[in-house]
Amino acid sequence: MCGIVGLFIKDPALEPELGKLTAAMLATMSDRGPDSAGFAVYGKGQKGHSKLTLRSKSAAAMKETAKRIGREFGKAEITLHDTHAVVSIDDKSLPRLTSWIAKESPETELVGSGKRMALFKEVGRPESVTERFGLETMSGTHAIGHTRMATESAVTTDGAHPYSTGSDQCLVHNGSLSNHNNLRRVLAREGLKIETENDTEVAAGYLTWRMREGKSLGDALKVSLDDLDGFYTFVVGTENGFGVLRDGIACKPAVMAETDQYVAFGSEYRVLAGLPGIEKARIWEPEPATVYFWER
Amino acid sequence: MPEIDLGTTPLRELNAALHRLSPDTNESHWIVDHPEGRHAIAAGLAVPITVEINGPVGYYCAGMNKLATVLIHGSAGVGVAENMMSGFVHVTGDASQSAGATGRGGLLRIDGNASSRCGISMKGIDIVVKGSVGHMSAFMAQAGNLVVFGDAGEALGDSIYEARLFVRGKVKGLGADCIEKEMRDEHKQALHNVLERAGFDGQIDPDEFKRYGSARKLYNFKVDNAGAY
Repeated sequence: MCGIVGLFIKDPALEPELGKLTAAMLATMSDRGPDSAGFAVYGKGQKGHSKLTLRSKSAAAMKETAKRIGREFGKAEITLHDTHAVVSIDDKSLPRLTSWIAKESPETELVGSGKRMALFKEVGRPESVTERFGLETMSGTHAIGHTRMATESAVTTDGAHPYSTGSDQCLVHNGSLSNHNNLRRVLAREGLKIETENDTEVAAGYLTWRMREGKSLGDALKVSLDDLDGFYTFVVGTENGFGVLRDGIACKPAVMAETDQYVAFGSEYRVLAGLPGIEKARIWEPEPATVYFWER
Repeated sequence: MPEIDLGTTPLRELNAALHRLSPDTNESHWIVDHPEGRHAIAAGLAVPITVEINGPVGYYCAGMNKLATVLIHGSAGVGVAENMMSGFVHVTGDASQSAGATGRGGLLRIDGNASSRCGISMKGIDIVVKGSVGHMSAFMAQAGNLVVFGDAGEALGDSIYEARLFVRGKVKGLGADCIEKEMRDEHKQALHNVLERAGFDGQIDPDEFKRYGSARKLYNFKVDNAGAY
């Protein structure tokens, strides 16, 4: 089944509430996905700096790795979130940091990178996952999130969404793809590294590949309608907003709401019921096979 | 008049109370507040009562309805009034996918738009949509009337059996074995009757609608073979 949520703030006064509202939306979606949860939050960026999200097997291991990064890269700002850490570092030192991680701490995974995106995911009830990472206190302009009920691959942190598709970009998915094994071979031939057996990672890799060929995200989503076989609702987080795409049959649910303060996405209306001013919001279902973007 | 606030009363308590009612109950008008998109509100009603719901409902609201009147002041999620047997369900907002799916009887009125697969596999229900319906509406529809004041999406009436489809606006595309048919007086009368029951008596001109139905080429029933069944 799975549940997906997205919240894009239009009114800066609401930005401090982003984490709190997103956490409540994910908690409501526990019914659709009790196995694991994940989310990406687009917070403040710092000019000339990049943001990396790292993940270790345990909070203790992450703490230890963060200490080592601190010793090696004095100027890096590191914020610990349970098994994850967000590292802000000047762009010049970035390549040295990524190669240092690969060499000196190969068990640490780089789950996302960009200017503004921080990306978290873990196995467990969505309420407890968001609490462990402290989502409620996070602020920002937009966030997307996912609650998982596994169908195509095992319940593991690697199988949880979102999946990074590029700098400041990630994908969450409700549905399942039927041709992911074949596509995985195509992507491997094209030199993309797909780490897991998960179908959504293949979709993320597919978008990365198409954008590497020079397509815009919107065009990459459009051609995915021809190449991805299955049923899906995708929400893609970008540096400036998010995009939504449903397959042509559109049997996976999607409801959107818009007010002067925000644009919100949910697998079901229940997700949106707690948002401020929802009684007066414009509410609609996105059309099948149509790419939508909300950006600023 | 019982008034239930779903913000404080568990949904199962409401539905259990509605299911306990006898046909001659004096508690014949219920108000439900703060539905907030919860699923299966007022599903499985079997007595002639009225339930008014103030706000948007989730999946399968008024599903399997028999005899009851369910008024939804808001929008409805997937499968509103699915498998309805009789009675009346009225949605003042939009309805999501599969509204009135497999319905056997009764009347479903939607004041806004209905999403894809409206009236899928309908088996005798009448559905009136003031707005438009999405793709694959009336898929494998068997009996009953689907009336659409607005437009219909792709593949209307795909693999249709004997249901009647009346659309006033544009049809994006017809599904397999679904064709436009002549609008004879008997059809105008049937449409008039459905509109009257839905509360549109005299407001809507049946002449403005086109009728669609089965070409009867896909399902191979031949009346000459009736004895074989």
